[in-house]
Amino acid sequence: MDSSEESHAGASAQAVRHAPWPGPADSPAGATESRVALRVNGFSHTTEVDHRTTLLDLLRERLALTGSKKGCDHGQCGACTVLVDGRRVNSCLLLAVAQDGAEVVTVEGLADLAGEDGDLHPLQRAFLDRDAFQCGYCTPGQLCSAVGMLEEARAGAPSAVTDPQQGLGSAVRLTGEEIRERLSGNLCRCGAYPHIVEAVRDVIA
Amino acid sequence: MASQAHNAVGSPIERREGGAKVSGGALYATEYTPPGCVYAWLVTATVPKGRVASLDTAAALKVPGVLAVLTPDSAPRLADTDDATLAVLQNSEVPHHGWPVALAVAETLEAARAAAGSVGVAYETEPHESVLTEDPPGAYTPDEVNGGHPTERRRGDPEGRFAAAPVKIDARYRVPPLYNHPMEPHGATASWRDGRLTVYDTSQGADPVRAVLAQVFELPEERVTVVCEHVGGGFGSKGTPRPHVVLAAMASLHVRRPVKLALTRRQLTELVGHRAPTDHRLRLGAEPDGTLTSLIHEVTTHTSRIKEFVEQAAVPGRVMYAGANSLTAHRVAALDVPTPSWMRAPGEAPGMYALESAVDELACALAMDPIELRTRNEPDEEPDSGRPFSSRHLVECLREGAKRFGWAERDHRAGVRRSGAWLTGTGVAAATYPVLVSPSRATVTAHPDGLHVVRINATDIGTGARTVLAQIAAEALGVGAEAVRTEIGTTGLPKAPLAGGSSGTASWGWAVHEACRSLARRLHERSGPLPPEGLTASADTRGTADAESPYARHAFGAHFAEVGVDTDTGEVRVRRLLGVYAAGRILNPRTAGSQFIGGMVMGLGMALTEGGRVDPASGAFLGSDLAGYHVPAHADVPEVEAHWIDEEDAHLNPMGSKGIGEIGIVGTAAAIGNAVHHATGIRFRELPLTPDQVHAAGRGLV
Repeated sequence: MDSSEESHAGASAQAVRHAPWPGPADSPAGATESRVALRVNGFSHTTEVDHRTTLLDLLRERLALTGSKKGCDHGQCGACTVLVDGRRVNSCLLLAVAQDGAEVVTVEGLADLAGEDGDLHPLQRAFLDRDAFQCGYCTPGQLCSAVGMLEEARAGAPSAVTDPQQGLGSAVRLTGEEIRERLSGNLCRCGAYPHIVEAVRDVIA
Repeated sequence: MASQAHNAVGSPIERREGGAKVSGGALYATEYTPPGCVYAWLVTATVPKGRVASLDTAAALKVPGVLAVLTPDSAPRLADTDDATLAVLQNSEVPHHGWPVALAVAETLEAARAAAGSVGVAYETEPHESVLTEDPPGAYTPDEVNGGHPTERRRGDPEGRFAAAPVKIDARYRVPPLYNHPMEPHGATASWRDGRLTVYDTSQGADPVRAVLAQVFELPEERVTVVCEHVGGGFGSKGTPRPHVVLAAMASLHVRRPVKLALTRRQLTELVGHRAPTDHRLRLGAEPDGTLTSLIHEVTTHTSRIKEFVEQAAVPGRVMYAGANSLTAHRVAALDVPTPSWMRAPGEAPGMYALESAVDELACALAMDPIELRTRNEPDEEPDSGRPFSSRHLVECLREGAKRFGWAERDHRAGVRRSGAWLTGTGVAAATYPVLVSPSRATVTAHPDGLHVVRINATDIGTGARTVLAQIAAEALGVGAEAVRTEIGTTGLPKAPLAGGSSGTASWGWAVHEACRSLARRLHERSGPLPPEGLTASADTRGTADAESPYARHAFGAHFAEVGVDTDTGEVRVRRLLGVYAAGRILNPRTAGSQFIGGMVMGLGMALTEGGRVDPASGAFLGSDLAGYHVPAHADVPEVEAHWIDEEDAHLNPMGSKGIGEIGIVGTAAAIGNAVHHATGIRFRELPLTPDQVHAAGRGLV
């Protein structure tokens, strides 16, 4: 790698990083806890976190936000899906200590995210209208995932089933197949999938 | 009565806990955090059989924040239960891979996990046998099979008539171990205070949990409270108390703090039950006109060494088809495996896969439409018992489904519809599930403000119990459902049976109906304002709900599937699934539709993607998490339709309903397998129909 490539790589890395490297500034070497400041559903939290703590466990066990669910703790089921800086993530796979400065939205904050009067995000309302759940345990993850997915499609991010002829960057039309593909990281053992897809289509329409 | 009450029985009203579930407010078992609550993490055995020779907890006890490591030496003693799977940390024996050997407790989840990982365990192992073979040594005929069914039933001369049959099918089918995998892992939050135990558990029934905890900790039941407010699915795996709840209570007793324990996803398969693998031999003999002359269904399955559970997979053959000559029998081998248990439609799900596949094979051999073949063998009475059916509309389901699915246009030739690399086909299978019901208690109080409060310890595992019980109460009271509140999900309420065997709504609804009718009569008889505390009526359906019925009572249904098979990769894609059911009166079409569809989706998984495996070397279930065991995801599931026919049946319960939670999985795998045969011309007899199997068999198709 020559020096010009190196500087190019460094510039782009700096451009996408929103928090100062290397993260929490006041962590002495050998520490097992660090102070983290993050916003969750619009509220600021500054807290000491065990370096082993996942974002999911921080939400559930420390911040009493139990809407985000732990189904597998391995990023396999999607029940823990939340939005971090607007993007959907498996919160069980993120260490809380790495989320300094992050803006987190959980299912408890979806209604406010919609920015409308009323108690529910339109997608939450659609889930009720379509009976898009039974036991409800995967539901918060399905909702957060779908909200993030809609934004991805709007921004033109392709999925495995997107027509390659479609120009990059133009909004993807969400067919049933597209919705199913893009939500496949969120398992539902009650088998509510057909109704979830209907609910998502309702908010697109 | 019903016409006066809007939003009552039969209305598609929205589920009452829905708002809490979509906004994250619904609390599940490990989401309660009593003051001072600490965390437990389980250590499980890594050998298939033997004993723990030594446990080294020194390193674990040095983990900052650790409070204790419970071992068989230090754990509280438990009184005996009938259920050996609950006798945890009582001795050093290891009956199977995954058995609990220690439990770490710490101030935080992270510390508990680190401590558990620091426990050193040395084992003395013994030779083991964990894999079910075709003819397992030591297999025996059990006294009875799950559900209390006789292990064997014989009528006429099945072998002789089979030998003499002009057309016959003799086939073996295999269903692998299957995992329930509800989305909410098994977990509990337990606390002791002043000799009282309070447990938040994820269970299909809080009363059975209370009974077992009272038994093992030798407490009167009234000193145990069990709350199951919201339950993240169960599918049988939370049907009876499972070890996690006992462990959580032991840990709390030991450290004198409230304790949360959640099993990991991988621990589930070895600690909370699985569907045992079943090996089926099906022999069908028929006349050239399709009349069945012999039906022989023999099932071999496994159980563990510590508890006998026998999947009653040959039982559907006693219900489905007419014929004077039949043998349905079970054999079981006790292996060094985790204890199997209920999984959605135990017996019927694997049994009907085999039987309905064989019926399809027979139809092919006869060159007969498989719907016509089933219709021809429709019995006038339950073949095994001779009892009349309280109602049976299987043929109507098949015909209605055929109409909706477009079956009439089907070309019955197999392996001829090709488009590029894809072959397509369609298949059909019947479904059946018994009507089960248990006694329950319930109370209802009419308050002066017009509100009616129904109290019953029912459990909502996702069925919408709160909603449908309000509808049943509203109808019986002659009021709107909005005037009824239902309180469920804790042992503080009148005792009720568990949500299982598709019996919850019938069992609870019966008691709710009786209480409400009694209250309605008393309200009718009195005049003047109600007292401030309201007027309460109660019911107990012992002696009525469990009375012997002179009728054979079952729900029936028909499943239709269309599949595409990729001849390049062997991948099977389900393109359409359609079910039609005859399940008595449908009490809430909205929630009922979701249950039927959910059952079909699980049946799709059984057909194509779900297969547990036992590692012969370690005795472990392989691929037991959600990456290694593929439950259907969005992309696997096309548009799925559920329909039903109006069925009136006066011999069931006051609502006229049959259970609907399980029938959706019954026969779905057969319909898909039959469609794969229709697509490819190749008959697969071992689930799941994964690409490797289909591709290997289908090389000649390209």
